[in-house]
Amino acid sequence: MPSMNMIQALNSALDVKLADDPRTLVFGEDVGYFGGVFRVTEGLQAKHGTKRCFDTPLSEGGIIATAIGMGVYGLRPVAEIQFADYILPAFDQIVSEAARLRYRSGGEFWAPITIRSPYGGGIFGGQTHSQSPEALFAHVVGIKTVIPSTPYDAKGLLIAAIEEDDPVIFFEPKRLYNGPFDGRHDQALRTWAGLPEAEVPEGHYKIPLGKAAVVREGAEATVLAYGTMVHVAKAGIEDSGVDAELIDLRSIVPLDIETVTASVQKTGRCVILHEASRFGGYGAELSALVQERCFWMLKSPIERVCGWDTPYPHAFEWDYFPGPARLARALLKVMENS
Amino acid sequence: MKKPPLSLYIPQPPARPGDKARFDHLSFDLGAAARMPDWRTPETELRDLPYGLVRVLGVEGSAWDPHLAPEVMRKGLRAMVQTRLFEDRFFRAHRQGKVSFFMKSTGEEAIGVAQSMALEPSDMCFPTYRVQGWLLARGYPLEKMINQLYSNERDPLHGRQLPVLYSARDYGFYSLSGNLGSRFGHAVGWAMASAYSGDTRIALGYVGEGTTAEGAFHEALTFASVYRAPVILAVTNNQWAISTFAGVAGAERTTFAAKALAYGIPGLRVDGNDFLAIWSATCWAASRARANLGPTLIEFVTYRVAGHSTSDDPTRYRPKDEGEHWPLGDPVERLKDHLIAAGHWTAERQEQMEAELFDELREAQKAAEMVGSFGKSKPPVSEMFNDVFKDPDWRVTEQRRELGI
Repeated sequence: MPSMNMIQALNSALDVKLADDPRTLVFGEDVGYFGGVFRVTEGLQAKHGTKRCFDTPLSEGGIIATAIGMGVYGLRPVAEIQFADYILPAFDQIVSEAARLRYRSGGEFWAPITIRSPYGGGIFGGQTHSQSPEALFAHVVGIKTVIPSTPYDAKGLLIAAIEEDDPVIFFEPKRLYNGPFDGRHDQALRTWAGLPEAEVPEGHYKIPLGKAAVVREGAEATVLAYGTMVHVAKAGIEDSGVDAELIDLRSIVPLDIETVTASVQKTGRCVILHEASRFGGYGAELSALVQERCFWMLKSPIERVCGWDTPYPHAFEWDYFPGPARLARALLKVMENS
Repeated sequence: MKKPPLSLYIPQPPARPGDKARFDHLSFDLGAAARMPDWRTPETELRDLPYGLVRVLGVEGSAWDPHLAPEVMRKGLRAMVQTRLFEDRFFRAHRQGKVSFFMKSTGEEAIGVAQSMALEPSDMCFPTYRVQGWLLARGYPLEKMINQLYSNERDPLHGRQLPVLYSARDYGFYSLSGNLGSRFGHAVGWAMASAYSGDTRIALGYVGEGTTAEGAFHEALTFASVYRAPVILAVTNNQWAISTFAGVAGAERTTFAAKALAYGIPGLRVDGNDFLAIWSATCWAASRARANLGPTLIEFVTYRVAGHSTSDDPTRYRPKDEGEHWPLGDPVERLKDHLIAAGHWTAERQEQMEAELFDELREAQKAAEMVGSFGKSKPPVSEMFNDVFKDPDWRVTEQRRELGI
């Protein structure tokens, strides 16, 4: 089986769908001839033609409006927003149109679109190339939000997203494109080469949305994470010495509530980890759900480890970024109550 | 040297309540119709059109006359009258507490009706809430339409939408929303998809003149122009966006049709109260779209006779009799007079038709009220939870259980 980094895995997913379904179209800023600023669409135009993979005007609202219209017609557009930080001009299209179309039209119209967007920090991108806006979308009923953490998952989840009849936001943790990143920023870069989660089949396969992965089994605490934070969590758990269970949510809507609940009921402790700022973040929802469903099994208060409530700061990247040390401290804290 | 102080300009409409009605900011010669170039003409040779006015009714020998068969014009007249009667009836129904909200298109009926008839049944319209004549012209069942207004048990939209925000896929009528302009780009995307698929269908998108200030309007024009989308983009310039006169959308500087110039697409300015001019301009733009010559922007110059909605009182911001001074007249009267003058219609037949339509409407309303007017009947509450996603997730399942349904 070929080894792929996340860029290659995503490229392979698009290639598979372009080849097996003429309704699939791929477009966005710089995605055509050039192949995208992160190279995710590299070679797709040459292979599948300019009508299947093409450049768009620099108009996020226009890109998503166009995608919705195409979806309504019956195509399966995959639109790229070059950075998640630039998705907000399309917010009205996503919230007021794509998410509600099926509902408000009594099921007459729907928008089976996939919106891909590189997201998250750890690359010294400052406040305009680092944000994690997933909570804004998780709050909107009618759209699904997916965030992969490995090349294997990225391909299987992207194919599933494209084949969904509902609109899907697909956030790609850009710090994971070239290798797993566990937050130890002062250590040598690692690549995906040779790692089992980088073994990606060439052809079509799907990972269903709404199915979390238990990355590490454990008995003493549950860590809930997604995207880059899955790798940070592995390192933080290792540093803490706590026998923690690590759950990679993979999609935050739909949320695999059963896997989350079963784990916390087993361990009695829960730490939530995300890169986005804390107040009103997705962790707040997770925390509420866990206490509603597991309150009597909890041995200690739920902890959240998140980005601080500031914009993403350039020079303070590693002060802001919730790294393994902060997770380890939170794990030790929840273990104080036994 | 002392520099003169700058001063900020704030546009004001030519007349407010108590003033004499004026339409100074509009400039057109009512006696002359714009020339009619062949629809294959390159855009570079069409750049005078946004400043003219396409007219047929009342203009001797207009080149734009579509020479419609009398029965087609009579059908158009019937749908326009039906629209007006329908809207008058449900505006009153609001006063009687039978609907929660309503919107009229009085004075603008020709636009939705003529375009609905001029385009193919398989073409797709992305409407605003002021073109319900589109549905009536295509024979949408009256009772079903009223059930939507009443949000009752038989509401085709299951009680989820405000009255008038219809959706009617089988009638080429896309789902409406109260957000302005956010569906203009869907018309472009749909048209691009049709072109990509080698289909023959084209799209029509609508916005009002106020909405031309939204980014979504310019985004849609950009995409339509860049990808030569087979789409007709219509601006219904009815002079008022709630209480905001068209000057605040830029009407003092240029025409809305002229917005097309910067995008390199043809722009037509059309008498929006002239059934035949609307028909003809629509066919002209449709011919271009069907021949892969791309989009056309059409401004329909019209006048919103009624308030914005049942929640609006236009006498608070414009002269009460402003509509009577509107230079382009009443679209229903103009088509009727044309038919009568040509010997294809009589005042008696008009009266008889109005009586028939009135009875038909009364019957349909009665039938809908047997189901229930607003608040007297509603769809099963389970419909609140359906269609959020194609398949419900656990949140919906749990919340339904919590509500006991």
